[in-house]
This record gives sequence, C-alpha cells and structure tokens, in this order.
Amino acid sequence: MSLLRIRNLSVAFSTASGAFQAVDAVDFDVDPGEILAIVGESGSGKSVSMLALMGLLPWTATVTADEITFDGKDLLRIDKNARRRIVGNDLAMIFQEPMSALNPCFTVGWQVKESLRYHLGLDRAAQHRRAIELFEQVGIPDPEKRLTAFPHQMSGGMNQRVMIAMAISCKPKLLIADEPTTALDVTIQAQILDLLADLRNETGMGLVLITHDMGVVAETAERVSVQYAGQKIEEQPVGPLFNKPHHPYTAALLDALPERAIERLLPTIPGVVPGQFDRPTGCLFSPRCKFADATCKTTPPATAGTDLGNVRCHYPLNTGEGIAS
Amino acid sequence: MTAPVIQATGLHRHYSISDGMFRKPRVLRAVAGLDFALSPGKTLAVVGESGCGKSTLARMVAMIEAPTEGELKLDGKPVLPSDWADLRQSVQIVFQDPYGSLNPRQRIGAILQEPLTINRPNLSREERESSAREMLKMVGLRPEHFDRYPHMFSGGQRQRIAIARALMLDPKVLVLDEPVSALDLSIQSAILNLLTELQDRLQLAYLFISHDLSVVRHVADNVIVMYLGRTVETGPKEAVFETPRHPYTRALLSATPSAEPATRKDRIKLSGELPSPLDIPRGCPFAPRCWKAEDRCRQEIPELTGTLNMAACFFPEGVSDA
Amino acid sequence: MSDTASDVARPSPLREFWFYFRENRGAVIGLWIFGVFAFLALFGPWIAPHDATAQFRDATLQPPFWQEGGNWTFPLGTDPLGRDMLSRLIVGARFSFFVGVVVVSIAASGGILMGLVAGFAPKWVDTIIMRIMDVILAFPSLLLALVLVAILGPSLTNAMIAIAIVLQPHYVRLTRASVLSELQKDYVTSAKVVGAGLPRLMFVTVLPNCLAPIIVQAALSFSTAILDAAALGFLGMGAQPPTPEWGTMLAEAREFILRAWWVVTLPGLAILVTVLAINLMGDGLRDALDPKLKRS
Repeated sequence: MSLLRIRNLSVAFSTASGAFQAVDAVDFDVDPGEILAIVGESGSGKSVSMLALMGLLPWTATVTADEITFDGKDLLRIDKNARRRIVGNDLAMIFQEPMSALNPCFTVGWQVKESLRYHLGLDRAAQHRRAIELFEQVGIPDPEKRLTAFPHQMSGGMNQRVMIAMAISCKPKLLIADEPTTALDVTIQAQILDLLADLRNETGMGLVLITHDMGVVAETAERVSVQYAGQKIEEQPVGPLFNKPHHPYTAALLDALPERAIERLLPTIPGVVPGQFDRPTGCLFSPRCKFADATCKTTPPATAGTDLGNVRCHYPLNTGEGIAS
Repeated sequence: MTAPVIQATGLHRHYSISDGMFRKPRVLRAVAGLDFALSPGKTLAVVGESGCGKSTLARMVAMIEAPTEGELKLDGKPVLPSDWADLRQSVQIVFQDPYGSLNPRQRIGAILQEPLTINRPNLSREERESSAREMLKMVGLRPEHFDRYPHMFSGGQRQRIAIARALMLDPKVLVLDEPVSALDLSIQSAILNLLTELQDRLQLAYLFISHDLSVVRHVADNVIVMYLGRTVETGPKEAVFETPRHPYTRALLSATPSAEPATRKDRIKLSGELPSPLDIPRGCPFAPRCWKAEDRCRQEIPELTGTLNMAACFFPEGVSDA
Repeated sequence: MSDTASDVARPSPLREFWFYFRENRGAVIGLWIFGVFAFLALFGPWIAPHDATAQFRDATLQPPFWQEGGNWTFPLGTDPLGRDMLSRLIVGARFSFFVGVVVVSIAASGGILMGLVAGFAPKWVDTIIMRIMDVILAFPSLLLALVLVAILGPSLTNAMIAIAIVLQPHYVRLTRASVLSELQKDYVTSAKVVGAGLPRLMFVTVLPNCLAPIIVQAALSFSTAILDAAALGFLGMGAQPPTPEWGTMLAEAREFILRAWWVVTLPGLAILVTVLAINLMGDGLRDALDPKLKRS
C-alpha cells in the first residue's frame, strides 16, 4: 500500500495579470521507506506541489485534486485541526534556506522542543532529553551546549541539521526535503544527503527529495519524477532514467550536463520554459523540442503507461541518444 | 606563449574587525598569499567553498579592493589604487546574481551605454548607441530588448546583459564570479557556450570562480583550489582532476555528486566544520579536518610543492582516484 | 539563439500599481477626496459663491441652511463678522494645499540630499548628520515649530519653514536606510567597476531605487504638514487673520463653540476629512508599492 497517493493535483495562482497554472494535473506515489526525487528547473512547479500537499500555500492559490491520501487518510477533505495534527508530525518538511527557515529570535533548542510540545505533549524534562537525542541523531557535536545557541551563531550546515532534527522529532512517516542542500557547500551537501539516507535506513521513513541537481538525484534517489512547466513528464527508477530517458526534455537535460560534455561547446536547449503568457497549445515542450512536429504543437500528449515511465510525449525515446542541439 | 596579462605575487587581504571599544581588533585573513597568472585566451578557475576567499580574490583582481600585501601587475606594470580609474577599462567583472547585478531603474540601452558615457566622453551619442546595439547582438539578444527594463528578462538573459556590459570597454580580463551558479541547467550551458565563443573571438583572459567542480572541469585550463584564503593545490585542469595531490582536493572531488547512478562511490567524509576565518588554526589550515594530519601539520604551514600540479601538503596523495 | 524568446507581456508598472492600489477601498476613497481638495485648491476663488473676506454685517452668525434661520445665500452659515463659511472653507483649501506642497518639497529635497550624503559618506560624517537629526526628532514637533516661528515672527511662510525643518529627519532616515541597503547590491559595485564617480552613483544609480518609501512618506507628511499648520494657526502663530486658513478660522471661533457650532465645527471637519483622506491614500500607496506584498 502506498504511503502517499496523489492523483491529478493542480494548483493555480491568481496574480495581477490573471490566473497562473503552476501545477497541472500531476500524480505522485510514494511507498513506505522509498526515496523519490522530484526534478525540475525553475517554473516546473516541483516545490509548489509539495507545499500544496502540506497546506502551506498562500490564499491566492487554488488547489484541486482527485485524490490526496496520506497513510490512509484523505488530506483533501480533512478539516483544519485534523490536518494540523498530521502535518509536522507524520508528514514533515525541510526547506532550502536553513538560515531563514529558523526563527532568529529563539534558540534552536526552543524551536525543536516546540514540535515536541505541540505534537507529543512531553513535559519539560522529557523534551530536553529527546532534543539532545535528536541532535545526536543528526550529528550535531556537543548537543547539550548547542541547544542554547541561536541560528545566526551556527553555520548553514548546522542549521540544516537542526531543521532535520525538528522534522524528524515526531518520527514522521514521510519527510519532504525541498532543495535541502542547494544553499550549502559541496562537502556539507554530501554530509546532509548521507544523513538523510541514513535516517531513512534507520527509521524506514519515506523521503521525497526536491532538487534541480541531477548529480544529487543520481547519488541519492531510487525513483525519479521529472517535472516541466507544471506537468509531470516522466517517472522512472533512477538507473533507467539516466541511461534510457523516455522524454526528449530529460534527454536534453542530461546532455546539457557539463560532465557529459564531449566537445568544447555544450549542447543547449533553445528557448525558455513557458511562463504565464506563452503556454503553447499542444505539448508544453514542443517549442523547444528537436523532434516536435505538427501533432506535438497542436495536441497535448497523453500519459503513457508505467512501462514507458508515464511519459507525456507523442514520440517517446527509449534509446536515450543525445538530442540537444 | 603569450605573456600573461595579469600577474599576482603574494596577494594578501586582511580585514580588521573591531571587537568592541576596549579590545584589540581581530584580523580576518580573507586571502593569505596567492600567486597566479592570467593569460589571453585562457581560463584560470578558482575553486573553493564558502569562506575560502575566492570572492575577495575576485574583488582584488577587479580593482574594487586593494591587497593589503603583495603585488598585482597588469601588462607588467604594478597596479596601484591611484591608477584604478584608468586601468578599469582592462579588467571587468560579471557577478553571480543576475537579479541584483542590473540597475532595476535603468533600461538595457542605458545600462550598456553607461561605461562609454563615463569613460569615453569623446564619443558621440550615435556612436555610443550603435556600439551598445552591436554588443547586444553579440551576446545573442534582440534589437527590441534595447529599450526594456531588467525585470522583463529571465536570469539567463540578464547574465547575457551583464556580460555585454562588461565587454563594452574592450577589457582584456574578465573576472567571472560564479556566473552560472544561479541559473538553470539548460540556461547554464548556453551561457557557458557564449563565454567560450567570446573568449575565442576576443582572446579574453578569464578568472572563473566557482564552487561547481563539473562546470570548472569543463571550462578551465588551469585550476587553483583555495581553502581558508590559501592555495592548497594548483595546476593544469587534467592534472588536478585526474591526480589530485592535496587531501582537500580529493575530498572535494569525492563529495561532488556525479550524474552517473552506477558509480555511487564511497565518499571521503570530512569531519567537523570549516573554522571561522577569524580563528584560523596554526599550521596547515586544513589540519583539523584532515584524516592524515599529524603533529607537523598542526605546527607548520606547508608550502606548494610538486611538478605538474602543486599541492601545499606535507603528505600529498600519490596517484589516486578522482 | 537560445533563451531569447521571453517576450513576457507584463502589465506596465502604472497598471500594476493601480491593480494593487484599487484593492484598498479606503485608499481609493481617499484618492477621490484628495482630488476634490486639489481641485478646490486650484479653482477655489472662482468656485466660491462669495468673496472669502467680504463681510455681510447684516448676516452675522447665520446658521447653516438646514437649521432654523438659515438660508441658501449662505449655505453653511456665516461667521461672527458676517463672512460666508462655505466660501472661506473653499478658499482655505488653497492655503492648506499650498502648505502641504511647499513643506513636503522643502523637507523632501533637503532630507533626501542629507540622507544620500549620510549613506555615502564616511562614518564620522554619517554620525554627525544622524545625531543632529536625532536632536531635531527629540523635540515635540509643534514645540520646535513654535520656537522657530517665535524667533522668525508669526506668518504662514515662517510656519511652513518651521514645519519643513521639523519633518526633515524622517526623510533623512528613510533615504539613508534605503541607500545603505542598496549599496550592498551588485549593481552598485558594477557601476563602480565601470568607473562611475560619486555624483553619478548617488543620483543616477542609487537614488531612483530608493524612491518608493520616500513617496509614501511624502504622502503622509502632506497631512502632517496640514495639521501642523492648522495647529500653528490655531495658536495664532501661523497664518494671520483675515486669511481663511482653516486653523486660523478655528482660532477665531473658539469662543463660539456653544453659541454657533458651525463656526468651529466646519473648519475642524474640513481639516479632519482632508487629513484622513490623505492618510488613507498614503496607506494604499504603501501597500501598493511594497514589493513584499506583491503577488506576482
């Protein structure tokens, strides 16, 4: 039974210049203990989908879905109080900028204990013990002393560990990590990703990793979902995705990686991600796709079956040859 | 072999941070002893993590700050703050953040013409404008973009505008401070290609600062690896990447995720955190986190040694996997 | 070539501004009332039914038209000297408007200049300027204005100068804060690297980016200036009778509060409505110009 099941999720924002479709009919499945990576560039809607799941979007957003089931509970029709008991407890999230995600006015110890106080109802002494335990679990040296530190007194890597400690404090079943290492140095990034994978191994929690870095995906993920301009265009296990991508966008993205460069000039993808005003009819990637023909530009492609990675393309690739110009 | 455009010897940059009214000010050693040379048509990449001093280095080469010690030579002549106004035309800089580096209240045409307005007062308005339009075309933008404001452009386009502005004065050296770090992957490759083409056409010397090793591996000719203000390794790109000799370089290479799921490797885990640049430990700056550190490392500072690629380590690596 | 296709049809800055501004009903109402006020200020003497200083000795203290004894010749009644209230109020708008415009212009230009200097100058200059501003701010503004007017002599012009001096520190602080934050940004460093000198940096590069909070402050100071001028007028230190300035009208009418309420209440109401309108408008301006509240 899957831990998280999302069907046909759409999010639209009302802006000064009309409605903006940030997420367009995406599906997600996460099994217990699985690591799913959601990959996309800016404008792909990857963060917005997960924020919609957590109920963290501003009032200007309209969230619609056929189904959002987490751990057997229907999150779509749930009432606010019941939602607050789940979010932060069984369903946790960590964010990109550790320095701004933590409240600068309170010590990190206070912030970790807040979660324990609200969700688990522990008394003071128990909170303190558990907080030290958590800090040790996430690898913060000298945990008792660090409980009284403020976020600005610690480095980015340490703050990210504090955020992870807060997120796992109630032993969540699913942790969503929104670009957790983008703002960190590469050696610290490696430590944090290893920490997340270790936590998954120890506790069996599911992990959804949102990122734009293909390297991070290759090293950490088990299954990968690729998003483009608000739509999910492909989903495969990590090995096959890198070797035999089905969607031309995935293939072009992989070819554009500097480490796959063969010549001095890198392959590029012409054009830009469609924004609010230039959404093409037909396939969203067609203006930039080397293989696009008349059908692609007029008819939106249907989602293929799981054997083809649920790819949204009229002419999916399965040999994974380079196609970027 | 053409003579280097920029030559730096023993560059140091210290900041005095006051520690309250009654205490001696503390010294922040942002850059502690750097030597390098930039040649026309070649790219020197500077790699390091935050706090290593690479941004300070960029500011010194771009003549925004003067070194506290050491010498910077441009075309063989020493660079002094009094000469900055004239020498500016030879060294320009492109910043990391495409959203902060363009004045939001100026149109693109004005942004591009500003360097000429300030430095070439003898040019007529028409000449300035046609120069700017030429440059706009050279970086791949369209003529109608001339009259628009920066907020109407994407990150990649703004970087192109920033590059165009940097080239308006025909500089010999371009300092690129993480020029593609804030861009999406698909745009990144387009900007890197633009930089390569411009370098070939105009024989520019690039000082390319980045923390992304895969990008550096693609663009660099020579590499400097910095740690807490010092060079820990330097040499031609292939040598540094294939046969790194300093433990930090090895750790950095091992920590960089590679987009090949089949090669999930055993990572070298560095213990501890980067010490604050205000409290740099005695001896080798990397010793507290190095798995090979011995007493000698904590007492003396190693010098750069080696033939092909030089490393500042008493116990450099032998031939090892990257 | 790649990524050149982004022809984003964003609405023009003015339209976007209006979109956010008009959401605030109070602000729009304020804008309309301010519009009426400005119109009266410009065309007052030609609209007013009578001359504002003409005295009709046989119709002194006549009540407004809806009360017993009032008539339509003098719709809002007359004051103790027989002058038409409506005409005086309409012409009085001119003085208040004039006060607002002049005070804000002087305070803003002086304040912006000093704020720029404080932001760009070395620390010791900055400290001197800000401490002087702190001293000015420490005085209750009206008291300081009174002292200045007492030295210079009571008149509307001197009142305006005094109020402008007292309002300056707000602009200095605002400008300096904006300048300090803009100086950190890359585009300023870029301008320096390209060779921009100090004057160019101050006025062409940085100042245009600091204007949003200054515009909001200007709108709000407008109302403060009107209030202060009225207060000074009330105390007899501002505009002198027979000038139909609203505050001066209040001063003259003090003793008639019980006998003839319209002589006191109507000028007070005029001040209230105008100041309220401007404040509502200023709030709307701030919300519309604040980038953090923007949605797109």
